Amino acid sequence: MTHATIVIGGGLVGMAVANGLADAGHEVVVLDEGDDAFRASIGNAGLAWVQGKGRGAPAYAAWTRLSADLWPEFAESLRAETGIDIEFSKPGGFDLCIGDADAEIRSRKVEALQRQPGGGNGVVMVDRNFVKERVPDIGERVVAASWCPEDGYLNPLLLLRALHRRAADRGVSYRPGVRAERIAPAGGGIRVDARDGTTFVGAAIVIAAGLGNAELCRQVGLNVPVRPVRGQIVVTARQPIFLRHPTSTIRQTAVGSVMFGNSEEEAGFEPVTTGGILARHAERALLEFPRLADAAVVRAWAALRIMTPDGRPVYDRSPTLPNVFVATCHSGVTLAAVHARVLGPALGRGEIPPQCAAFASARFDVPAALGT
Amino acid sequence: MFRLLSAPEPAAGPVTITVDGAACAGLPGETVASLLLRLGHLAVRTSPASGQARGPYCLMGACYECLVEIDGRPGRQACMTEVAEGMRVRRGVP
Ligand SMILES: Cc1cc2nc3c(=O)[nH]c(=O)nc-3n(C[C@H](O)[C@H](O)[C@H](O)COP(=O)(O)OP(=O)(O)OC[C@H]3O[C@@H](n4cnc5c(N)ncnc54)[C@H](O)[C@@H]3O)c2cc1C
Ligand code: FES
Repeated sequence: MTHATIVIGGGLVGMAVANGLADAGHEVVVLDEGDDAFRASIGNAGLAWVQGKGRGAPAYAAWTRLSADLWPEFAESLRAETGIDIEFSKPGGFDLCIGDADAEIRSRKVEALQRQPGGGNGVVMVDRNFVKERVPDIGERVVAASWCPEDGYLNPLLLLRALHRRAADRGVSYRPGVRAERIAPAGGGIRVDARDGTTFVGAAIVIAAGLGNAELCRQVGLNVPVRPVRGQIVVTARQPIFLRHPTSTIRQTAVGSVMFGNSEEEAGFEPVTTGGILARHAERALLEFPRLADAAVVRAWAALRIMTPDGRPVYDRSPTLPNVFVATCHSGVTLAAVHARVLGPALGRGEIPPQCAAFASARFDVPAALGT
Repeated sequence: MFRLLSAPEPAAGPVTITVDGAACAGLPGETVASLLLRLGHLAVRTSPASGQARGPYCLMGACYECLVEIDGRPGRQACMTEVAEGMRVRRGVP
């Protein structure tokens, strides 16, 4: 009989949790489908984004803030322990308002966040001058912005690599090319059958398989209806550094590339770019920073977000197999620090962290949600 | 540092192009990056963010480190562009 905890999924969520489990002294095996799987972790924008998260959901705002608070120390320890600098920085971020109507709508949203229990994590409305002092190159039509000093960014590919290296250093066994198909009880433990006919037995399982979560969760009595929401991102040739604060749609990387675009499309399992969306991204980018008119576009890609019906995370345990857990979220970059430092160790104790009670999957169950 | 593995086809005459104004003999079918490397130009530009020297790296269109100006157009990928008679290449143009 093995005492290992099996994590299904080796993306940002699975690897952050695996690190947290290993830190708590657990033997961990990660099963990861492979490079041809849908992987949001290698197609995202790299924002560690706080502002706007958790409007109407104070528990989500607080959980996001906890991660933002943990990030500086976590990024530094990744560098110290793995030698990989994930280019983390928390300079504060803007969500720019183009025109007065936009600013009007935004200030109402910001007020709602400020008024809710726990507040809005420091988000405030600022005028054009405040923005221009920090980001001089903004376009003429930027009239205001919401600003949050907790917003940051990092290089998500280096983050994934650092999480893998740190896990390996701590004895985590990573099994690529293994697609988990079935989860079932086996004697005193739980069995995971893979597509290639191999079988793994663990004392506990954490399902962190991104878009694979819906099917795996169904097998253990959990209703986690995640769906793909497509995002498209454009990257320019490297530019001299002009943007030291990310906006909700644009950031400049450490080597000078500018990444932009934050579209959300219901397009099924089709991670392909489309001319219309890319053109819209370019228009928006030029409104924010006209100097990009001279920047050559060097590539664009599409990737699939893992979206729950309300956009908030799910951390839960199976009602039929109590040592089986699920962890999934829409912002796996932002939440990687809290997943590694808080969620992973808690799951290792067989617990969902107390501040995550609101993230149980029962909220998607219509009769339960109605209290009938 | 870089050299040809075999002698060029005798039938194919050299392609005359200029690199930073100096005339050079390219081989038909080779890329601008190949020519630059053969000439010993390992660095073709500097990083706009850090100022460090950069040169052709992946030679397959992925890394965008090989950008040069070709016939007056900046930001061309040297590794994805074949040499052509009369072509003008300039290094160090952001
Ligand atoms: C365009 C775009 C931009 C984004 N921008 C941001 C951002 O700026 N900030 C932010 O915080 N978040 C952002 N996100 C979201 C973020 O990328 C995801 O939340 C995060 O990557 C999710 O990680 P994950 O591990 O849950 O999923 P994934 O990265 O999809 O990983 C799931 C893993 O599970 C494996 N798997 C699936 N099924 C199985 C199975 N049956 N058996 C074994 N393995 C399996 C796959 O191989 C894969 O490696 C963005 C997403 C997109 C698409
Ligand atoms: S050498 Fe990498 S793109 Fe040309």
